Amino acid sequence: MGIQFRKETFRDDFSFKNSPEHVRRFPFPFHEDSYMYAVNIEPHKPGPKGSVLEFPFDVDEHYVSEMEDRALVLAEDPLRCQSLPHMTLAGWDLLELLMVSMAESYPEHFTLTRDGDTWHWINRPLGIDDTFVFGDTSTLPYGPMEYITRQSQGDYCILDQRDGNLWMDAGIVTTQADWSLDFDIGMNFFEWHAPVPLAHEKGIFTRALKFLLNVQQGQPARRLNWTMTINPRLDTSPENYHKWGPDRTTVTPENVGDKVHLRVELQTFWRLPRSNALVFPIRCYLIKMDELATSPKWAKRLHRVIRDLPEELATYKGLTRYRPTLVEWLSKYDDGGVTSPGFGPD
Amino acid sequence: MPIEPTIKSRPIYGTLSPQKGTEHLLIADAEGAQAILDLAKSAPEGFFAAAEIVYIPRASGEGHVAALKALKPARFYDGPSIAAALPRLRQTFATAHMGLRVYLAGTEGLIGQAMLAATEAGIDYSSIQTEHRGSLARRVQCVHCKGVTEDVTTQPVTCAHCGLTLFVRDHYSRRLAAFQGVCINAEDRSEQVPVEEVFP
Ligand code: HEM
Repeated sequence: MGIQFRKETFRDDFSFKNSPEHVRRFPFPFHEDSYMYAVNIEPHKPGPKGSVLEFPFDVDEHYVSEMEDRALVLAEDPLRCQSLPHMTLAGWDLLELLMVSMAESYPEHFTLTRDGDTWHWINRPLGIDDTFVFGDTSTLPYGPMEYITRQSQGDYCILDQRDGNLWMDAGIVTTQADWSLDFDIGMNFFEWHAPVPLAHEKGIFTRALKFLLNVQQGQPARRLNWTMTINPRLDTSPENYHKWGPDRTTVTPENVGDKVHLRVELQTFWRLPRSNALVFPIRCYLIKMDELATSPKWAKRLHRVIRDLPEELATYKGLTRYRPTLVEWLSKYDDGGVTSPGFGPD
Repeated sequence: MPIEPTIKSRPIYGTLSPQKGTEHLLIADAEGAQAILDLAKSAPEGFFAAAEIVYIPRASGEGHVAALKALKPARFYDGPSIAAALPRLRQTFATAHMGLRVYLAGTEGLIGQAMLAATEAGIDYSSIQTEHRGSLARRVQCVHCKGVTEDVTTQPVTCAHCGLTLFVRDHYSRRLAAFQGVCINAEDRSEQVPVEEVFP
C-alpha cells in the first residue's frame, strides 16, 4: 500500500495537520533539555523503517499538497527559483539524484526508465508522465533543477565549490525560515550565514565549511535545524514578512496548542558527480503544539529548551513576542522529572 | 567616520594605492576625489598618462574637478549621476585588457555599482581597490517589492517604491550592490518607529 496523500493547505484556512503516525515519526531535534548552536553534522545513513530517515529523500503524506503550495509561491514570485548560468549541469546532477532515489524508495509512486539518454519519468501522485533527453534542457518544461524540485518536498540550494568556499549559485526556496534566495544568491558560505548570531564567534562556520568541502560522492551527511512558526505556513519568506508577520501577535493562552508550530529542517549534503557541486536539500517538517504534546517527553523537553534559550537565538528565530505565552503553556507538561536521553518520543 | 566591520556580508574598504598595470581606471563620486588625489601623491611616473578618471561630483564634488583634471589623465569623464555613467562603464569593462587595474572611491553606492559592472564583465572583485570616502548613505533593496532606494541616510526608511517602512540591515549583496531593507513594523503595523539620521 502506498502513502495516503492528504489534501490540505499551508495558507488561508491552514488545514495542514499530521496523522498520528506522522506525529510519531516527527524529527524532534533536541537530544537534551537545552539547545545551543554546534557543528551537529553526521553521516546521512538510512534510519529505522517508517522514520523520516528510512530513505535518502523522505516522501510523506504532505507531498502532494506541499507541491501545490510551491506552485502557488512560484506563480506569485518567480525569483524564488534561480540558477546562475554555470549551474545547469548541477541541475541535471540533481535531477538524476532525485529521480533515481525516489523511484528506488517509492516504486509504487515513481518510475524511472532509462534508455541511453532518453529518460521516461512517471510521477503518479502528481499525474506526470514525461519522456525527455537527459542533458537537453529543451526537452523539459522547466530547467532541470526547477523541473525536479517542483516534484520534491523541501527547498534546495546548489552550491558551486571554488576558491576553497561554497557559493550559493542556484536554488529553489519556497518553504524557508525567513531568508531570501534572491538576496543571497551568489554569496559564499560566510556571507549568506552573516545574519546568524553567536555561531561565527564560536568558529562553527569555519569548521562546518571545512567538513562540507570534503563531502564525497555517495557519502551524504545531514543535520537538523529548527525554529517556530505561527500557523502551519510553509512560505515564511522575508518577501512576504509583512503578510505573515502579524500572525505572531495572534498567539493567546487558548490557541497556543493549535497555532504554534515547531518547524524542523532536515538538512542533507550531497556531492554531485558531474559538476562537483554540493546540493543542500532543506526539508521542512511542521508540528503543532497539541500534536507534539501527545509525547510527554517532547513537551517537557521543549518547555525547558524554549524557557532557557539564549536571548540572541530567541530574537533571531523571531520568538520574542510569544515566548512567555508558549513557555507558560508548555510548563503544564513539565513535572520537573528527568527526560530520557535521545530524540525519540518515549 | 570609518566603516566598521559588522557582519560577514557587510563590505569593508581599504585605501587606494597605485598597482602595477598597463592601464588604470579610477572611478569616484563626491568626496572620493580626495582618495584619487591622495593616491596621486605616491603614483609612479606615467601612471595618469595610462589612466582614465570617471568622476561623478554629485552635490559636493564640483570643487574637485579642476584638481582631478590637473592630474592629466589620458581620459577624464565628468558625469551627472552614477546611473548615467553605468552604460559607459559597462562598455569600458567589456572591452578591457588583462592589464587594467580598477580603483573605486567614494560612497558605498558608487563603489558597489561600479564593482558590480566590473564583476559582470568577468573582473574578480577581490582584485579591485576600494576606498570609502564621504557620506555613509546606503543603497537599499526592499526585500518585499525588490525596488532599490538610493542614498538612504535614515533608520528606518520609507521604501521609495512600495511605501513600506524598512529597517536597513547590514546584510549586503554584491550582486544587487545593495543592503537589505525589511519591513520594521511588519508584525504590528500600528507601531510607530522614530526615524533617525544614522547614515549621514
Ligand atoms: C551548504 C549548506 C548550507 C546552506 C546553503 C545554508 C544556508 C543557511 C541560510 C540561508 C541560513 C539563514 C541565514 C539568515 O538568517 O539569513 C542558515 C542559517 C543557519 N545555518 Fe546554515 N547553511 C548550510 C550549512 C550549514 C551547516 C553545515 C551548519 C552547521 C553548523 C549551518 C548552521 C546554520 C545555523 C546555526 C543557522 C541559524 C539557524 C537558526 O537559528 O534558525 N549551516 N543557513
